[in-house]
Amino acid sequence: MTRWVGASVPRKDGIGKATGQARYADDLVFPGMLHGRTVRSTVPRGRVRSIRLDFDASGFTIVDFRDVPGRNVCDLIEQDQPFLVERDVRHMAEPILLLAHEDRERLLSANVAIEYDAADAVFDPLRSEGVLKAIDIVKGDVDAAMGNADVIVEGTYRTGHQEHVYIEPNGVIAVPEGDGVVVYGSLQCPFYVIKALKSLLGANRHIRVVQTETGGGFGGKEEYPSMIAGHAALLALKSGRPVKIVYDRVEDMVATTKRHPSIVRHRTGVTRDGRLVAMDVEVVLDGGAYVTLSPVVLSRGCIHAAGPYRCDNTRIRGRAMFTNTPPNGAFRGFGAPQTEFAVEVHMERIAEALGMDPVTLREINALVPGDTTATGQVMHDDCSARLVLDEAVRRTDFRAKRTAYRGTNRAVGLSLFYHGAGFTGSGERTLNSKARLDLTERGVRIAVGSTEIGQGTRTMHAQIVAEALGVPYETIEVAQPDTSVVADSGPTVASRTCMVVGKILEECAAEMKARLGGLSPSEYFAKHGGFSVLKTYEPPDWIQWDDHTYRGDAYATFAWGCDVVELEMDRDTFEVRPIALTAVHEFGRPIHPALARGQIEGGTAQGMGYALLEHVVMRNGEMANAQLTNYIIPTSLDTPEFDIVMLENPYPGGPFGAKGLGELPMDGPGPAVVNALRALALDVREIPATPEHLAECALR
Amino acid sequence: MRTAISTLAVRGATTVRQALEILHDEERTPIAGATDLFVALNFGTLTMRRFVDIWNVDELRRIAVDGDTLVIGALATYTDLIRSPMIAARLPMLAEASRLVGGPQIQNRGTIGGNIANASPAGDSLPILSAVDAVVVLRSVTGERRVAFRDFYTGYRESVRRRDELIVAVEIPPVPGRQWFRKVGTRAAQAISKVVIAGVRDGQSLRLALGSVAPTVVRARRAEAALAEGRSIDEAVDALRADITPIDDVRSTADYRHLVSANLVRRFLTETR
Repeated sequence: MTRWVGASVPRKDGIGKATGQARYADDLVFPGMLHGRTVRSTVPRGRVRSIRLDFDASGFTIVDFRDVPGRNVCDLIEQDQPFLVERDVRHMAEPILLLAHEDRERLLSANVAIEYDAADAVFDPLRSEGVLKAIDIVKGDVDAAMGNADVIVEGTYRTGHQEHVYIEPNGVIAVPEGDGVVVYGSLQCPFYVIKALKSLLGANRHIRVVQTETGGGFGGKEEYPSMIAGHAALLALKSGRPVKIVYDRVEDMVATTKRHPSIVRHRTGVTRDGRLVAMDVEVVLDGGAYVTLSPVVLSRGCIHAAGPYRCDNTRIRGRAMFTNTPPNGAFRGFGAPQTEFAVEVHMERIAEALGMDPVTLREINALVPGDTTATGQVMHDDCSARLVLDEAVRRTDFRAKRTAYRGTNRAVGLSLFYHGAGFTGSGERTLNSKARLDLTERGVRIAVGSTEIGQGTRTMHAQIVAEALGVPYETIEVAQPDTSVVADSGPTVASRTCMVVGKILEECAAEMKARLGGLSPSEYFAKHGGFSVLKTYEPPDWIQWDDHTYRGDAYATFAWGCDVVELEMDRDTFEVRPIALTAVHEFGRPIHPALARGQIEGGTAQGMGYALLEHVVMRNGEMANAQLTNYIIPTSLDTPEFDIVMLENPYPGGPFGAKGLGELPMDGPGPAVVNALRALALDVREIPATPEHLAECALR
Repeated sequence: MRTAISTLAVRGATTVRQALEILHDEERTPIAGATDLFVALNFGTLTMRRFVDIWNVDELRRIAVDGDTLVIGALATYTDLIRSPMIAARLPMLAEASRLVGGPQIQNRGTIGGNIANASPAGDSLPILSAVDAVVVLRSVTGERRVAFRDFYTGYRESVRRRDELIVAVEIPPVPGRQWFRKVGTRAAQAISKVVIAGVRDGQSLRLALGSVAPTVVRARRAEAALAEGRSIDEAVDALRADITPIDDVRSTADYRHLVSANLVRRFLTETR
């Protein structure tokens, strides 16, 4: 029995957010502060010919690439993306010039005229010749096995861009400090910003990053804040004054990252009785104009591309391509929602081709302990594909509904999915994340770089520490992520904050408890003073991974899900109304059931938007509907009734048995919705399945 | 990029007289709820810079019945329309349409006069005003004139309103028969119409208007004529194709708008048979 873990305690950030006391980046004001603005390209590709300032420049700070003291590249996986264009423009809204002024109005009125020599741009990844990253996963002999199949099913599946729509747009303030800067900002990964600024401003310069209260991230504040922080820092260094840059919604939508569009081709050999014998998969991602995180998005996408199924002969070939749109980047799910959409719709088509019930096809092929994935990873007892499938089918009475709704405007659809928790392969070993617990005069303080972005980091970490230490939850303090104070616990991404950082904290707490020797924290402090416990993450020792062959244990564990959606379509308008959604998820164990439920409901709603509504209209490489007026996300009235089921199957490598959860809910709704639409006799193979697209499908 | 607020000049008025004098003296755009204005302002597409704010001209808020004419003051908000017993009794489809405009915040600020003046082809109240043969009341310092709604718009976001005139009211003659309204906007709230349609059926007499399918709201004259001549529903739907000229834009496609317009007209004719 646990006291704090498993209880829905009050959120650490709850009162501040509910009362408006929480301070977001735009709430902060510093003496002498200037406002910054980014002047951006208006062509998708070309060269800058001339720049003319059509305004009175008095009182303005103006920065271009020549003001960069270090290297003018954002240091991420590659060093290819400039902070400021030097000559070549590779996408719309690329930063060229920075302006700062203390009067926001004068700043907005300043007109800069830029002339370009425009060049031909490429927007279709299939027409691009620039391969940004290629990945091949090979298991068995696909060509030989395909020859032995009774039936071969082929298909191409597409997914579009998706915008994060965190409620708070990107924003930072850079304040001169010593010979460098301190950056306050809305961000997920403070230490990523440190790395980028060290490269931009010089390795020896003083740099500190503080995360301010953050209104959502969803991956959109993983890598992008390095860019905007760099801009603010350049302006702050040149002016010697604090500089705030906060994007409005339009700028945020036009200029920052989106989910990668995908084109996934499947060719699958099956036996008449429904066994998968060969899967040949080709994944193409649209990376946009720079590398950013696309190689790892492609990696996760490819690893999940064969779905949670057993197949001895699998080949997955992935390519991420350069195009002339703003770079696509991290977004909840990180490549997996795209490839799992494709495989789950493809499974439905295989069932159709075999004349088989889609549940039966999945029952036959779902991974069970002892099976291996496409990378050869052996499944252990923490594999719950059948567990979630069986429960979802049972509690929704799926088969009976499927039959009963035939010939009506109502339908049910299902998807089975999984999501690897933590960094891929040897990633966690390379990251070498650390966490620290401090015994202070006020009690026990958690000092990690993991950020609270609405998902409940502070609360959940404090629960784990309280439980492991045997002290009340209320006495645990969580330090604001300030890189000069906290340990580098790695980025707040990849569904790793609970499972990985929570695990280190659990171990820190165990060691602290041993050192307290039966005294309470305050008793110990009064007697002996404070101390700290710093620990480093130790991934499970059995993990074997080869980054060159893409063979081995891709993830320490997977979380599992099965979504069943029930919907109705209006045959006159092709509007789809989701009526009910059952999400059966297994993610080890919920640390905080109410927050976990919130993650599942929110991620599922985001997935429903991805499936039905969210259409990024690109014109000449620029988002043409960059407003919440025309980029349609679901409102609460568009969200169905949720039946959320959290099954438990503890994972020994996580704190109190917990796995990662954050991204899993994003993977299921897309294919579940499309599979329901397919039951209405519409041959849908892409999302968003807007009414316009469904009308086309109906007329085909 | 967002328009700089400091570049805007706003004068307030509290009476119609005061507003008309301002409009007479200088070129200014009347604003009330400013719900359309703020979208353009945030998107940086606002062209106007000088405004007269008439939000506090309370005399324009009235909804009344004069003889057998329903008179709706230009500043009646969607919330006013939703709550008005007179609207419920005489023009219930306008209350229905008002409930589907934006969300409660927009309904509290947006006005029927603003919907008419903004002249968006997607204005949700406009097909209703067209289908019921409303009359727009315009006033200036030199007097008042009444313009039939069908003559009000002259092109995309253009109307016969002179710069010195204010829309003060819209008049609705009695509407015998069944009223029918349908908005297609992709989501259940906070949506801009892709197709919006209003119809009135009184025995064999049919009136039908559509929004978001042409540069202005349109009355489906050809479809109405086909039905008046006793032709079939299929023939009426065929005729509708020539009544509307939808386009592809960021919200939808011409093909979809044609298809949905035809399907909805068919549904209207079937449901009110």
